[in-house]
Amino acid sequence: MADVSRWDWEIGTKAIPFDAWKADFAWVEEPYVSPDGERIAAVVNLDDAQFSVCVNGRAWEGVFDKAWYLRFSHDGRLSALVSEDGEWTVAVDGETWPERYGYVWNTLFSADGARVAVAAQQDMAYAMVLDGVMWENRFANMTHFAISPDGRHTAATVQVKETGEADIARFQAGCYSVAVDGDAWDSVFTNVWNLAFSPDGAHLAAEVRQGLYDYTIAVDGRPWERCFSSVWQPVFHPVSGAVIAPVRLEGQWTVAADGAPIWPRRFVQVWHQQVSPDGQRLAAIVSPRYGYWTLAVDGVPWRTTVNEMVMDLRFSPDGRRLAAAAKHDGRWTLLVDDRLWSQRFDQIRPPVFSPDGRLVAAVVETEGRFGLVVDDRRLPQSYEALWQPVFSPDGTRVLVRGIEKGTYRRQVLAVDQLLA
Amino acid sequence: MAQPAKSEAKQIVDNGIEKGAAGLTEDRIQAVINRVIKGESGARLKVYVDTCVHCGLCSEACHYYLSHDKDPRYSPVAKVKQTLWEMIRRKGRVSVDFMRRAAEIVHTECNLCKRCAMYCPFGIDIAYLMMVVRRIVHLLGMTPQYIQDTAHSHAAVSNQMWVKPDEWPDTLQWQEEEARGEIPTLRIPLEKEGADIMYSVIGPEPKFQAQLIYQAAVIMDVAGVNWTMPATAGWDNSDMAMFTGDNEVMGRIKREHYETAARLRVRRIVMGECGHAFRSVYDVGNRWLGWRIPPIPIIHAIEFYHELLTAGKIRVAKKFKTPVTIHDPCNVVRGGGLHRMARDLAHALCEEVVEMYPNCEHNYCCCAGGGVINCGPPWKNKRIEGNRVKADQLADAKIRGAKVLIAPCHNCHSGLEDINHAYELGLDIKFFGDIIYEVMEKPEA
Ligand code: SF4
Ligand code: SF4
Repeated sequence: MADVSRWDWEIGTKAIPFDAWKADFAWVEEPYVSPDGERIAAVVNLDDAQFSVCVNGRAWEGVFDKAWYLRFSHDGRLSALVSEDGEWTVAVDGETWPERYGYVWNTLFSADGARVAVAAQQDMAYAMVLDGVMWENRFANMTHFAISPDGRHTAATVQVKETGEADIARFQAGCYSVAVDGDAWDSVFTNVWNLAFSPDGAHLAAEVRQGLYDYTIAVDGRPWERCFSSVWQPVFHPVSGAVIAPVRLEGQWTVAADGAPIWPRRFVQVWHQQVSPDGQRLAAIVSPRYGYWTLAVDGVPWRTTVNEMVMDLRFSPDGRRLAAAAKHDGRWTLLVDDRLWSQRFDQIRPPVFSPDGRLVAAVVETEGRFGLVVDDRRLPQSYEALWQPVFSPDGTRVLVRGIEKGTYRRQVLAVDQLLA
Repeated sequence: MAQPAKSEAKQIVDNGIEKGAAGLTEDRIQAVINRVIKGESGARLKVYVDTCVHCGLCSEACHYYLSHDKDPRYSPVAKVKQTLWEMIRRKGRVSVDFMRRAAEIVHTECNLCKRCAMYCPFGIDIAYLMMVVRRIVHLLGMTPQYIQDTAHSHAAVSNQMWVKPDEWPDTLQWQEEEARGEIPTLRIPLEKEGADIMYSVIGPEPKFQAQLIYQAAVIMDVAGVNWTMPATAGWDNSDMAMFTGDNEVMGRIKREHYETAARLRVRRIVMGECGHAFRSVYDVGNRWLGWRIPPIPIIHAIEFYHELLTAGKIRVAKKFKTPVTIHDPCNVVRGGGLHRMARDLAHALCEEVVEMYPNCEHNYCCCAGGGVINCGPPWKNKRIEGNRVKADQLADAKIRGAKVLIAPCHNCHSGLEDINHAYELGLDIKFFGDIIYEVMEKPEA
């Protein structure tokens, strides 16, 4: 991850007028803010089919026929997908990659943000491109893109055999595989979905279907011996290296590791499983009874449930606390350590723990206004737009990035004052 | 009105059904049937089977029965008798030929339209029973070829039409560019987190009917809606896997659809004019996953357009002159109760609305729904013959002045085109979106 300690953590505010840009361009699209809060950027239109990217009020030199999917990487690199004369490439901080492609999409970043990958189509063949270098092997189709955390490897589900028009037998026999850095596994499957790299990037696991009914997880091309009636995306255990995935057995879901169910209890649904950073606990979003949702830790569901949806499960950095966005009777709130916050909102963003896990914060939206809530206390300030808060490494300060009255503000606030 | 030539009574060969039948044993059939009946289908199946008194009151409901001069084989209850009852009576021990015929009945002689459920004194849902048999057919690998191929497409690329992952955003950008010829500042905002609305469509729109996306974009733009479309999988709300009984793929694609909307943090999803997708997103697919109600609210285009007009966000510049009639799609009318809203909309947009009868929740199915049209060319004539009553109904509306047929559902649209053509009805078939686009106030280019 980016070195957060090097950011400016001085208490104070920096302001950048954002709405003022509108005078300089035909139109300004929705803004994006760098992780450190120092820059605000948007795709801007200059004239008919002339687009650029404006950062802190200054447009990139390049002008493109189209520009979209503006995204900051974790270390603050700003990328966009851009097109000139019908060809596409990636622009990073205003510099375009030298190669042009038929199409590029689905930008991915390494965990430290230093490496950028996209899916690309060239002459109706598909490959991943990492920092401007395309795989040598191209494929007839490509889905489910992945980059390893260290950014050295890219992978995707690829079609390795011709399917033929409505040739259902051929499809079921298997035409898909996984390519890592362009090299396809030897094995083929009917389907391959949702790839996961191991933390060191050396292994790759994916959901596979063999024929129409047998679902399992394949690791480096080898399927688990046991099949299930369905599976969801696997994850690697950060310490043991075991591959862990939700599996469906006799109409109910549980969690399996390396092919064997490990949670004795069955659920109506289990997904988004996650291992705590210290490797000690395994949590997942579960439905313990039809229509009700909560989290389960090591197979034991929490008592508090909501009746619509749970998402964005997050562990605290020390692995001891757990929070997730939860929707009940049409309103969102946070589910933290088996308790719901007292307040309800129209919308909520993923929870953010302080580095010591003591505090949990979330951006919320009510009637089109955004606010920050810390430990169930809503801070008085409200915003037109608000990005995820970031705690300083020592947990004493919080970076708040928001727009109000057309001005973007980067604010560093003292946590104890906030909560006083 | 012309009559389409009756297809000869010869057996239609479907490669999908035959592929499954090859090598099938009665032991396997029995094991699968018993697994589904005992393991997957609970009290609902038992209640329906135990309650039916074989009175046949459901017969008059079914367009297949009526279109085949009341041939009792096409009566709803007869379809159960020829399939599920027999399976239960014989404890699952049925022959391969029996299963061939069962696959044909449940996939090509029932649209799962639920009209019969309204005629049954006990409300028995024959469509549900047909779905149970489709599940058995799926697990035996006997699903008709073309709809199986569609289910494969859902599984491989998360959409119904083998649209590749780059073709989707590329098509949206192309439509955006086209529409800028008309409204220079128009956007189709892709991946815009926090928009109010995610607009989702079905596979055929980017594949064959990109102008529908164009029109929707113009409507959104003029109405000032804060909307977005995903650039990733999850954009397609359709679901033929639901109709093949491939519940696992159905669940997978519904999850992707809702989680895409959740990822984009939209308030709600607006879906285009599709009927079966509506059934999948608000009833069948979500529930298979454990979501009792849609986790992100979702509304059909009829509701959305109604809302825009009522709120004055779009205004009618000049009403549509040509007299229209309205087809009520089963899934959004019997299934979703949107027939009144559809009429309000039609009256607000058009000068003259000619009702066809029976209408609203009693309307006849288009005979394309329930995945029947997706069974493809081998079954096309059978499908058209199976809906003579619809042709009669349309011809009657035409005699009373209707020239345009509004069908706010993709399957209905395609199925009615076939009926229109085969029975030489000469109607012009449109979506509500086509009419709104034509009559609405738009800024001068
Ligand atoms: S087509 Fe409709 S009316 Fe006929 S049996 Fe099927 S669900 Fe019932
Ligand atoms: S109307 Fe109902 S009870 Fe009578 S035969 Fe039909 S399904 Fe059975």
